[in-house]
Amino acid sequence: MNSKTERPLSPHLTIWKWGPHMLVSILHRVTGSGLTVIGLGVLAWWLAAIAGGEVTYDRFTKVVGHPAGLVVLAGLTWAFWQHLFSGLRHLVLDTGAGYELRTNRFWAVMTLAGSLLATAVTWYLLAGVGK
Amino acid sequence: MSQGESATPLGKVRGLGSAREGGHHWLEERFTSVALLLLSFWLLFSLIMLPDLSLVIIKEWLGSAWAAIPMTLLVITAFKHGLDGLKVVVDDYVHDEGTRIGFHYFLAMAAIAGASVALFALAKIVFGATA
Repeated sequence: MNSKTERPLSPHLTIWKWGPHMLVSILHRVTGSGLTVIGLGVLAWWLAAIAGGEVTYDRFTKVVGHPAGLVVLAGLTWAFWQHLFSGLRHLVLDTGAGYELRTNRFWAVMTLAGSLLATAVTWYLLAGVGK
Repeated sequence: MSQGESATPLGKVRGLGSAREGGHHWLEERFTSVALLLLSFWLLFSLIMLPDLSLVIIKEWLGSAWAAIPMTLLVITAFKHGLDGLKVVVDDYVHDEGTRIGFHYFLAMAAIAGASVALFALAKIVFGATA
């Protein structure tokens, strides 16, 4: 295997006309990467902060409760739902179903709509905790 | 990766994706995705059902086996699924074999380190009643 060989490249992101299916495809990768690097970082930090006690837990809640922290948390929530719905769509596509143009486009749009709706519902429910 | 002229077309294609292998990896990514679906719903539902998100309440909740065991599974599955996903991203964009393996090694170390922090914190919450 010679990695130095110049091979013809297939057209990539820059050449295709954007559609919902393409957006959802690249978002699956972006949200997955973000959830792993940032989301799992926050999860580990949250658990470590709880284990640490009052001081470290206060520091954690202060940072994530700051407007910038809340933006990150909201972004992670959206990324979670987008990746989840898109992932469910992939599980269906894995069976060979759902490739008809209209069906494929419809479910791509539904993952986008569903993730926004689910993010709003999640924050509505979380904001109600303790009230 | 020479396969000789006698290989069938299917035989030539097999194992020549960007990762050179991967059926097992592909399946595992899907198994962990379904597990994460259940575990992340469990986490969201549990947080919403808590009386509030104070340290005392969270510690009491996570200190019980009913929460600590699913949380342990969630941490392990999430880090494994995230690592699998990031490896695929590296496979697609890093074309030099040495660099690719270097990235895989770094990601694996980071995932193991992150999961260890989270699991150690959980163990401390469950077993280390004070501090």
